[in-house]
Amino acid sequence: MSIPILSMIIFFPLTGAIALLFIHSTTQIKWFSLFICVLDLMLTILLIHNFDPNTYNMQFRESHQWIPTLNIRYSLGVDGISILFVFLTALVGWVCVLASWQSIEHRLKEFMITILVMQTCMLGVFCSLDFVLFFLFWEAMLIPMYLIIGVWGGKNRIYAAFKFFLYTLAGGLLFLVGIVVLYFAGGKTFDILALMDSHFSFQTQVWVFLAFFIGFAIKVPMFPFHTWLPDAHVQAPTAGSIILAGVLLKMGAYGFLRFSLPMLPQASQYFAPMMLVLSVVAIIYGGYLALAQDDLKKLVAYSSISHMGVVTLGLFVFNLRGLEGGILQMFNHGITTSALFLFVGLIYERTHTRSINDYGGLMKLIPVYTTFFALFTLASMALPGTNTFIGELLVLSGTFVDNKWFAAFAVMGAMLSAAYLLSMFKNVALGTVTNTNLTNIEDVNARELLAIISLAFFVIWIGLYPSPFLNLMHVSVEHLLLQAGSMPEVMQEAMVNEY
Amino acid sequence: MNTEAILQSIIASLPEIFVLLTACLLLLTDLLLKGRRVDLIANLSILVILIAATLSFMLEAYPNYFVSGPADSSLINNSLVYNPLIYNGMFITDPYSFFFKLIFYLTTMITILLSNQYIKMEGEAHSEFFIMLLFALCGMMIMASATDLISIYVGLELLALSLYVLTGFIKHSERSIESALKYLILSAIATCLMLYGASLFYGLCGTTQLDGITESLTTPPTTTTTTTDPAIILASLFLIAGFAFKIAAVPFHMWAPDVYEGAPTPITAFMSVGSMAAGFAVMLRVFAHALLPLSDIWLLIFATISLATMAVGSFVALVQTNIKRLLAYSSIAHAGFALLGLVAGGENGVASVMFYLLIYAFMSLGIFSVVIIMKTQHSPNELIDDYSGLSKHHSVLALLMLLFLFSLTGIPPTAGFMAKLYIIVALINEGYFLLAVAAVLFSAIAAFFYLRIVMLMYMRETNQKLELDKHLTLQLSLAITGIATLGIGLFPDWFLGLAMRSVL
Repeated sequence: MSIPILSMIIFFPLTGAIALLFIHSTTQIKWFSLFICVLDLMLTILLIHNFDPNTYNMQFRESHQWIPTLNIRYSLGVDGISILFVFLTALVGWVCVLASWQSIEHRLKEFMITILVMQTCMLGVFCSLDFVLFFLFWEAMLIPMYLIIGVWGGKNRIYAAFKFFLYTLAGGLLFLVGIVVLYFAGGKTFDILALMDSHFSFQTQVWVFLAFFIGFAIKVPMFPFHTWLPDAHVQAPTAGSIILAGVLLKMGAYGFLRFSLPMLPQASQYFAPMMLVLSVVAIIYGGYLALAQDDLKKLVAYSSISHMGVVTLGLFVFNLRGLEGGILQMFNHGITTSALFLFVGLIYERTHTRSINDYGGLMKLIPVYTTFFALFTLASMALPGTNTFIGELLVLSGTFVDNKWFAAFAVMGAMLSAAYLLSMFKNVALGTVTNTNLTNIEDVNARELLAIISLAFFVIWIGLYPSPFLNLMHVSVEHLLLQAGSMPEVMQEAMVNEY
Repeated sequence: MNTEAILQSIIASLPEIFVLLTACLLLLTDLLLKGRRVDLIANLSILVILIAATLSFMLEAYPNYFVSGPADSSLINNSLVYNPLIYNGMFITDPYSFFFKLIFYLTTMITILLSNQYIKMEGEAHSEFFIMLLFALCGMMIMASATDLISIYVGLELLALSLYVLTGFIKHSERSIESALKYLILSAIATCLMLYGASLFYGLCGTTQLDGITESLTTPPTTTTTTTDPAIILASLFLIAGFAFKIAAVPFHMWAPDVYEGAPTPITAFMSVGSMAAGFAVMLRVFAHALLPLSDIWLLIFATISLATMAVGSFVALVQTNIKRLLAYSSIAHAGFALLGLVAGGENGVASVMFYLLIYAFMSLGIFSVVIIMKTQHSPNELIDDYSGLSKHHSVLALLMLLFLFSLTGIPPTAGFMAKLYIIVALINEGYFLLAVAAVLFSAIAAFFYLRIVMLMYMRETNQKLELDKHLTLQLSLAITGIATLGIGLFPDWFLGLAMRSVL
């Protein structure tokens, strides 16, 4: 490929952000940002169209000298795993712009600029094939996210922004130390592909795994590093929550499967029991916390912790179904939770309350809103026919092969999620209208419907016909499993039990 | 010294001689102009620095041009050979000193740009300010090139004496006078300690010349007993104490917050960058090079000092309310981080410190430029709370401040990240994993107080609009430092290579 399509996808939002500096009219700012995001989404669709799913090799490679003194290269590429997240990021981008159309009242221009810069950083993370480049995008993201939470957030936004920043920074810096250790252990290279092929001593692997673990676990977030998440989610503006839930949380899990599994296979196996236990704890603990919430946003935030537990569970059972389910679940969670935050944001814009007790009987007042809300609630609790069902089924069956007890506990988590999501839906949407303030509430308009439908489309598609998505990643996941050095019999057995 | 040696000495120390002579000349000029043309002297000082920088560059790149002149020139004796090690081995013009001199030229130039408006506002517009800066510059240049404990002392004192005057330059301000006095007394004690250490080394090794000391330490029969000899340990401790004072490392950091707060802000910037870099220039040459045989003694001490320095700098900065005090503690924390490069040692370690200092110069001068712009006729606006809502009326200034603050935190894509990355690379190369982990955790703590300023600028509202005087010189210095902070962050290779090539 002579056209640097990945660079274009990554830096297109950034150039858009720079161009925004010179636009002054509010309407123009909105339309221009939307235009940038839609065009970027088009580019990623083009990327998927030209993607060859039959090879695990990195495609659309770009590689240039950047800092030869330390052997750091500007190196990009996507495989069947990362391409999904490139697409997810672009999709979330345009939903964010639509969600902020009216809800951001002051400093709209700065807001759109930070959102676009954020897009560039997130896309860069999923495309980087050089550790320093990856880390650059990974950490640079903190700046716009800190501003999004801190400037446009809720009442307690400053505390939440600080907590988010410091937590993630501390984790990120430990991750950096791990990277530099690998740099020397792997023969002075930051090239991710080269490091995947080199073998590290068990001791090195263990220490680096722990450093990576803290960095990624904070980002996911896994129990017990999850405490920043509810604060950040509750205080962030709608678009901020969508980005956080839709893409940022995926990065931790992406880190595990891009670096920990293939580069540190023995350590990953060694620590797998710990990871599985923490995942199960997150599933159940997150679920219980969600059960107790009155604040809609907090409820969705805690449900995120629970659902990300399912993802990490899938990643560390070391079989094909678990891994594919985990990755698909990352994508699904990006879709459904973004949508749920969007719904909370939409209703909050209209009523300025997020307390479940203030609602009731929305079904009668705003039927379109409620219908789609029902769809995403059901999707989030993994109803058959929706996207999450496929992901969770794969993860659970993969876990069952590995360890029946973990699977049993994880199923309990699924039951919990049904409990809190259904009771939330009942209290918000069903019953009689008790709050008189709600009577004049408006249903969703065309712009909002557009954002909702673009997400709902994937809920149904993956729910009914997931194979295009699974095919996209299949070869790459098999290769990953090979790199992760899982035992041949596990590998074979996973192959035999092909869905 | 014969004529040839004298000529060689003059040639290889041409930039220093030039700065010193022109500084004296400017002093006379000022006398003739009866002190009326302060701007002229400021501009001439910048010119002097530019010429001196050119001379340094010529000496570095084309040393033979000076001894043989242009081809076929018979101006100078053609038999003369260029010799970088001069004054009987007390002074050297090597790539290492050239790198540091670049930092010094840059720092002094930007300090002059920052001062012009500032001293007028303070009502102390005297041209001696710039001339003293030139003397200080000359002192730093001698420190970078000195290869003898005596010449190090000469450079150190020239710098310190100029700084005593400069910190107390605002005569009507008690804080300024107080800080000058504090600096004088504490600095004098530190210099005494250093001199005492030097005299012990002279007694033990029979020379003050650095290479001579190395030779005598590595020659049997002394080698076997050196690192356990109490006299040598004592001598090293005194030297460490003396130099640690210069870079404001714990436990010799007490002076920094008071002096930084009281001194005129451009001088604070000058001290936090130039004086610190000069201290490191000497330390690296003395410890990572000359006293390398004694690394058993100083390695552990420096590791402890650097951890303590980072801890004190990061934690105490959390509770500061004055921006200059905050930046004083921040510069203490950064000195601690840079010291880790010395602990790592080796070519990478030394180069990482040099790279760090270069980048620190840009970002620190940048942030001080903002602090100086914030000063108005009525109020110094030195409190951190004065930055509330800055982004609303002065969005470009706030954005630059954000850039410098995130660079000091070490967030990519700013230069501060690259500086920290290279120190970590050097540390891990030598196997100091735990030090690397401690270093990054301290910088995560330090992030808190940089973030607080960003928070105030962007997340607090204010009713009052600051009427800021963004003078052209201040804008120029902001532009230089801002572009460098972002530019080196994105394309650090050339600077990294320069640091690596300039290692001793």
